[in-house]
Amino acid sequence: MNSLIDIRGLTKDYGRTTALREVTFSVPEGSIFGLIGPDGAGKTTLYRILATLLTPDRGTATVAGLDVAREFRQLRTLIGYMPERFSLYPDLTVDENLHFFASLFGVKVRDHFDLIAPIFSQLARFPNRRAGALSGGMKQKLALSCALIHRPRILLLDEPTTGVDAVSRSEFWGMLATLREKGITILVSTSYMDEAARCDRIALLHRGRILGIDTPTRLTARLGDPLYAASAGEMYPLLLALRGMPDVKDCYTFGATLHVVADEGFDPDGTETALRRQGLADVRIRPVEATIEDLFIKLAQHED
Amino acid sequence: MSIFRSLIRKEVLHLLRDPRTVTVVLVMPVVLLLLFGFAISTEVNGVRLLAVVGQHTDETHRLLERFRSNPCFTLEGIVAPHEADDLLRQGKADAVLVLRTDGGQLTHQVITDASNTNLAQTATAYIESVASGESSSPIVLHTLYNPQLKSAYQFVPGIMGMIFILICSMMTSVSIVSERESSTMDLLLVSPVRPRTIILGKLVPYFLLSCLLLGLMLTLSYTVLGLPFSPSALHVVWLSLLYIILALGLGMLVSTLVSTQVAALLVSGMLFMVPVIMLSGMIFPVENMPVALQGVSCLIPARWYISALRVLMIQQLPVRHILPQTAVLALMTLVVLTLAAKKFNLRK
Repeated sequence: MNSLIDIRGLTKDYGRTTALREVTFSVPEGSIFGLIGPDGAGKTTLYRILATLLTPDRGTATVAGLDVAREFRQLRTLIGYMPERFSLYPDLTVDENLHFFASLFGVKVRDHFDLIAPIFSQLARFPNRRAGALSGGMKQKLALSCALIHRPRILLLDEPTTGVDAVSRSEFWGMLATLREKGITILVSTSYMDEAARCDRIALLHRGRILGIDTPTRLTARLGDPLYAASAGEMYPLLLALRGMPDVKDCYTFGATLHVVADEGFDPDGTETALRRQGLADVRIRPVEATIEDLFIKLAQHED
Repeated sequence: MSIFRSLIRKEVLHLLRDPRTVTVVLVMPVVLLLLFGFAISTEVNGVRLLAVVGQHTDETHRLLERFRSNPCFTLEGIVAPHEADDLLRQGKADAVLVLRTDGGQLTHQVITDASNTNLAQTATAYIESVASGESSSPIVLHTLYNPQLKSAYQFVPGIMGMIFILICSMMTSVSIVSERESSTMDLLLVSPVRPRTIILGKLVPYFLLSCLLLGLMLTLSYTVLGLPFSPSALHVVWLSLLYIILALGLGMLVSTLVSTQVAALLVSGMLFMVPVIMLSGMIFPVENMPVALQGVSCLIPARWYISALRVLMIQQLPVRHILPQTAVLALMTLVVLTLAAKKFNLRK
């Protein structure tokens, strides 16, 4: 498969802080590529470079064979960019926003309406509502429609699901899959690790560096060590006790439970009994599937 | 062309959806003009005048008659010398005119209550101008261009100088910065639209709004405030258009320097308004300032605009008398627009 985005050794500094360090990866055409990382990892900087808003200090980036720093003018018609906040005009109506963004690209709304029709269908019920009065999920759909109205080849989505409820988020990923079927390449960033599994390939970004690039399943397999979830009546003593054990490599809070990265020879039942004997009530330890977040924690620790 | 049209249409929609701002923009100048033109006035009317007459002659009689018929004065009466002093102290009169006849020669003395300096000075000047017409006193006062010293004449140029710089720079800077705050500016920039089209799309609607404002203020000045109308009004129009462009450029420059709407408001509100009021000669004459401040005032566009407006609107001199001011304003416009366009360079 051809790669639509090629990034080689991309580096960008803001004064003394380095936003991106030697970032290198490519995005295959017609895929959903996820950029996973916490806030401040450099995701937005990378997007702004790809969207031709920033120029890199070092390294190159090409989109559809066009250099982002030099051939930005031709490139701009190929890109659909959706910045972190849903950038719409809140005092303009749904229709006015859509028509305005279409006119920026010199197209009519009806020219490519087939592309956005499934996304826009819910919004079509209130064309005269001000964008500022829409719910988070609706704003997201309108922003996506506006980014797609000129039928770009590549869609750059910077944290499109932040501030949107769980149902809308899931619905949104469904829409992205549909767009991929229509041949649009999607680069999407998120700080929700659970969304990573819905991408074809992901890159883990941490403090401006790429920690790993692969399919989500192959990446999680990299964790290697067996993983367990532990819980007890009182979590903090449990955390301290587990961290003190010789065959526990790492133990950290994960949602409502603790995740335990252990050696091959770790015996969950024996540990449970031992912990109960230490006076901890309701101790439960069971094996769990590793997630992207577990891998991220491991790689980020390794990096530090 | 259609891109430009839709940029303008969008900006007009923003304005229409925000009627409060538009109301403020159109009403504030009118209120200021009327306020300064009528209510707040440095003119002195109805000076309460007492007369002390040593010897009644035809001459003193005629003189007092002139004061009686002058709307600037209220002649409270003719009193004895010691009474005059008391009445002045009690605040029942503002000025006393003492008339004596020495050897057939009328002399007059003016005593004023100078606890209000402004009033005292003006009253003295008035009295002298009324009295000097009759007596053989050597001072001949002749106030050119604004013989009644109407303060509306003084304030119209000042207010126009302030309003345009304030409104044009504030509205453009806030409108650009708000787009940057909401990242819609990013979307404009990643579109194939050229930056200069984006900038023009921002400036043209506000330019048109300012033209509307200019029309409104000139109409008011020449009708309600009674400024003498003359063909020089035409020169006022083009000079004001130049000044408006300069103000819009300043707004654009501000928008490149700050990153929030509040900062944009503060910068264009405070940084522009205070110097314009204090140093432009709108209220305090530039000639009375310390040399250092006079130097600073040269950097303030309003100073040149206001001074040119005075030449055109009040002195009504031919256009060649405002060439220096026009040259300075044109140069400033060029510098500001160049700086703003350079700073507006959007790719970092």
